[in-house]
Amino acid sequence: MTPDLNSRPRLAPGCRLGENNQQRVLLMPERALRLNGPSLEIVERCDGKHTVQQIIADLQKIYSKAESKKVEQDILGYLALLQKDRALDFET
Amino acid sequence: MYSQFVGVRGQSSRFCRQLHHQMSMPNDLSNPLALIAELTHRCPLHCVYCSNPLELQSRDNELPTEIWSRIFNEAAQLGVLQADFTGGEPLARPDIIDLVRSARAAGLYVNLITSGLPLDETKLAALVAAGLDHIQLSFQGTREETANEISGTKSHVQKLRVLDWLRQHRVAVTLNFVIHRRNIDQLEEMLAMAESSCATRIEFANVQYYGWAFANRENLLPTRAQLDQSLAFIKSAQERLQNKIRIEYVVPDYYAKYPKPCMGGWARKLMLITPSGDALPCHAAQIIPGLSFENVKGRSLREIWEHSSAFEKFRGEAWMREPCKSCDRREQDFGGCRCQALLLAGDAAATDPVCSLAPQRPKVDAILAGFNAAPTAELFVKPAWLYRPNPA
Repeated sequence: MTPDLNSRPRLAPGCRLGENNQQRVLLMPERALRLNGPSLEIVERCDGKHTVQQIIADLQKIYSKAESKKVEQDILGYLALLQKDRALDFET
Repeated sequence: MYSQFVGVRGQSSRFCRQLHHQMSMPNDLSNPLALIAELTHRCPLHCVYCSNPLELQSRDNELPTEIWSRIFNEAAQLGVLQADFTGGEPLARPDIIDLVRSARAAGLYVNLITSGLPLDETKLAALVAAGLDHIQLSFQGTREETANEISGTKSHVQKLRVLDWLRQHRVAVTLNFVIHRRNIDQLEEMLAMAESSCATRIEFANVQYYGWAFANRENLLPTRAQLDQSLAFIKSAQERLQNKIRIEYVVPDYYAKYPKPCMGGWARKLMLITPSGDALPCHAAQIIPGLSFENVKGRSLREIWEHSSAFEKFRGEAWMREPCKSCDRREQDFGGCRCQALLLAGDAAATDPVCSLAPQRPKVDAILAGFNAAPTAELFVKPAWLYRPNPA
């Protein structure tokens, strides 16, 4: 399921950013995901304030050398994956 | 599961390379990722499949708050990400709120596995305020009578109250159902209960046969027909509730074709501390003869993780024999469960007998054949359960 571009992703209850040995991680029930570079920048923006569209625009700016359509597709795919993990809620 | 993304698209930019890399990165950390803190063996429930050892620790032997706090800090320094508070009933500890606070302050993700019994609204709010991240509330079923029979106490109504209070709090909620012959036909009702609650995760975990469950095995193991039916139900439920509720289903090892990667591999990802401070590679390790365990009172967690002889005993592959030694699956299941090998094959270093490649598999098949041949009429009769007592 592709997230709505105007919705605002927010980390679900019990999911939060953490840090261990200088490594940022997304902590969630029974699992954890290491975050670096783009994945960290995406998750940091899942605050219930940024829309999906804004997150895409921000990352397209940061990764201006990457093909912008690809950046969009990858972000949508990544958000869908986190949603499937129940790590995100999408507020409309 | 993140590997499903690899190779889907070309990798022409740094962005794509990085994102794909993270999603496919195998877990190559050599430190433990979770600490299972068995805070106490005291428990108001007497479940007939309890995973605690048959010999329970009394209150006098329990570690004090300060030592647990030290352990949480050492664990975080060692790279541990999550602390699982379990027991017994962890809420039986009067210092539970301080323990949650200190684990969270150490930087750990705090998970409480509870019956919900010694809990009221004030205490729940205090736990959340102290930093509780995730609560796993156990249910024995959806029907009060069966639930109370299995737990040997009146518990079901209070659990439902707790589940309702949880709506008020920003905390992850998992419902844990332990599944067996006498409630496996209630999966649909259990799922309906989860759907009408605030839970985002549900674990249907079939009983595995160690300790108390091993003693009660003949009254707990489901039939193959029951299991097949449950698998079909789970599959359709997972599809229907995708993105709403994560449904985990754990089948009984005895019916599996290959063994589970027990504890993610011996001394590879998890470390368990007993109420008295012994550090174990798994819940049941104390049944294995010849292992000696270090106690956290005398040594640091890092020393134990790196040097404890019990942790080194089955770490890696050196201990393996055939058919594990040359098996392609040895990095997936690590030879299965050492305790199950001991219980079923009489040898902790044997291939887990539930494996279809194990020389001892016929023993498991014989057990299953016996159960599946017997009529299920006895379901209506209350078995002579061996209840787990509450230690002093």
